[in-house]
Amino acid sequence: MAAVQETIDQVKSIDVTEYKYGFVTEIEMDKPAKGLTEDTVRYISARKNEPEWMLEWRLDAFRRWKTMTEPTWSRVNYPPINYQDIYYYAAPKSGASPQSLDEVDPAILETYKKLGIPLREQEILAGVAPENRVAVDAVFDSVSVVTTFKKELAQAGVIFCSISDAIQEHPELVRKYLATVVPVTDNYFATLNCAVFTDGSFVYIPKGVRCPMELSTYFRINEQNTGQFERTLIIADEGSYVSYLEGCTAPKRDENQLHAAVVELIALDDAEIKYSTVQNWYPGDAEGKGGIYNFVTKRGDCRGKNSKISWTQVETGSAITWKYPSCILRGDGSRGEFYSIAVSNGAQQVDSGTKMLHLGKNTTSKIIAKGIAAGKSDSTYRGMVSAHRKATNARNFTNCDSLLIGDQCGAHTIPYIEAKTATAVFEHEATTSKIGEDQMFYCQQRGLSEEEAVALIVNGFVKEVLQQLPMEFAVEAQKLITISLEGSVG
Amino acid sequence: MLEIRNLTVKIADEDKQILNGLNLTVNAGEVAAIMGPNGSGKSTLSYVIAGKEDYEVLDGEILLNGENLLEMEADARAAAGIFLAFQYPLEIPGVATMTFLKAAMNAQRKARGEAELLTPDFIKQVNAAADKLGINRDMLRRPLNVGFSGGEKKRMEILQMALLAPSMCILDETDSGLDIDALRIVADGVNALRAQNRGFLVITHYQRLLDHIVPDTVHVMSKGRIVRSGGKELALELEKNGYAAYSEAA
Ligand SMILES: Nc1ncnc2c1ncn2[C@@H]1O[C@H](COP(=O)(O)OP(=O)(O)OP(=O)(O)O)[C@@H](O)[C@H]1O
Ligand SMILES: [Mg+2]
Repeated sequence: MAAVQETIDQVKSIDVTEYKYGFVTEIEMDKPAKGLTEDTVRYISARKNEPEWMLEWRLDAFRRWKTMTEPTWSRVNYPPINYQDIYYYAAPKSGASPQSLDEVDPAILETYKKLGIPLREQEILAGVAPENRVAVDAVFDSVSVVTTFKKELAQAGVIFCSISDAIQEHPELVRKYLATVVPVTDNYFATLNCAVFTDGSFVYIPKGVRCPMELSTYFRINEQNTGQFERTLIIADEGSYVSYLEGCTAPKRDENQLHAAVVELIALDDAEIKYSTVQNWYPGDAEGKGGIYNFVTKRGDCRGKNSKISWTQVETGSAITWKYPSCILRGDGSRGEFYSIAVSNGAQQVDSGTKMLHLGKNTTSKIIAKGIAAGKSDSTYRGMVSAHRKATNARNFTNCDSLLIGDQCGAHTIPYIEAKTATAVFEHEATTSKIGEDQMFYCQQRGLSEEEAVALIVNGFVKEVLQQLPMEFAVEAQKLITISLEGSVG
Repeated sequence: MLEIRNLTVKIADEDKQILNGLNLTVNAGEVAAIMGPNGSGKSTLSYVIAGKEDYEVLDGEILLNGENLLEMEADARAAAGIFLAFQYPLEIPGVATMTFLKAAMNAQRKARGEAELLTPDFIKQVNAAADKLGINRDMLRRPLNVGFSGGEKKRMEILQMALLAPSMCILDETDSGLDIDALRIVADGVNALRAQNRGFLVITHYQRLLDHIVPDTVHVMSKGRIVRSGGKELALELEKNGYAAYSEAA
């Protein structure tokens, strides 16, 4: 028991010292009263100067949402969310859509700088080779505060802006593609998102264009009691390619906060989208007090022939993660990939995985999921692979490994497989390993410190997935994983 | 080299005392054997020397070259020169044996303020040591001890010992699970490491190991204490008469 207590104490102390992004930015915000009614929806739409069709679309979603009930099938537990006790919109007073960096509140620029994300192009340009540049869309609570390298991207025909701007400037693209991958009534949180989404990123890569730099969005929740409803839409037209990265952080707060996102990806013929996430929302303290509820619907549609969508995720944060980035393999010869590292510590709960829906002929998919559970956390991999009657020669390979650190955590694997064609070949491998105090002592006896031993074991475990990330993010992610697990063994 | 005085130890979470005022000295260059019935506390002694946390030291001291080991963490003791070949080596999932060896060697070098090993030098050393112990190079690419046979695990312990070059080597029943050829290979490996500035504490139940690794001293352990010490002939006597004479003495 002494060792157990020690683990708990250590995890507790991590929360205070190791979550580096837990600071709060003092800034004047504009927000309506708490609660959710039709008026809230109208308010959000009006604040964004949205066209009538958009407002109608939101209101329709809101009415449908009121008839729905929250899902309970996942292996996560949380007290009922009071949807009337949340702010649905919060924007810096300084102006919701600044035209240039000079109009952005310096406190916000400072915030991103502290998070390690410079927004001034000249700072980014200094010493970075053009091919290593990253364009950033920075979303602060409910609004996108700035998008960098817009001009340079426009020269290549690439549209990269906030979804709010896209609704104003590219309504034809938004109307053509929005909610065509995740239907309005897909699930409770997705429908809620349709009604009240505030901001997120929009990307369009025209035919035959290879996006000249990495695109990324950094989401920051700053305000108290505020939900963040992110909406992202990425379209890769025929023969194009884009790599996109999403990062998230939030201050430490005692109450839970909701992040309910919808992300839709569309790849047309021969196009490829690589979508990476490093999710580091505040996880709450060791007892589960505070932290983000991360309820996310992410889905990619390989709509065209020979298209490819690849999801890579490193999930270290959030009190609760409920998330299944999926691929609809509609085009013949299309390919879906899912690479995931889910780390949970303290009292975190993760229910994550993917769905690969094989609809077209000769479609292939690959799933590599690595779950690491420590402390008293609980991690579930939930995966579905299905082949439609017409999906001849569908192929899937799934490998899903769990690593348990200590003996108070749990890991579960729930695979569903459904093949309606006899020509489908689905392979599934799964392992569970455990690092306990005895293994730690063995490593220490050989001269490794506890931190070195955990890092060594964990890095070996996640290597295959980290390799999928762009180099600089892989390094960051590796550090993040190590920090998340520090002190997890007694 | 290693001095243990009046060592009294209990299980941390229980009221169970296992070592009862144990005294033992191993000199530099000496090979000391410990024999004793099951449950007499031999593995416990090795764990306490190495710094495992499940035990509480109630009294006594352990000195390595005059340094008080009881004040050090397990990894610091390793860097100071303590090596334990485990009775039951642990499996380390997902870490290639090579990677583990390099990390361990560098961690100890770092702790002693020495420079990191260069990769080519490291690979040369590992391959040479593995060849001597009849360890297949493919095995070095597999995760450490995962799926290794009992005998392979024991050889791997000796490989680590050879590479880490400790000053005090503790071998806990390294002979168990070895076939006759492997026993000779492992014994040769240990004998090759015998040196003026290095001590060995060899825990075993069988004379056949001591035929290969000839000890300078033999100690009999019973109920958490050393109850008799002698030369190598003591092991032969034990083999003949068993421990009956000592269960009373403790
Ligand atoms: N962590 C523990 N919890 C409870 N009892 C323990 C623990 N560790 C050791 N013991 C007990 O202490 C006693 C000594 O065990 P130890 O493993 O040191 O014996 P040993 O001499 O190495 O025996 P063997 O020859 O069988 O290897 C045994 O009775 C054992 O059950
Ligand atoms: Mg033993």
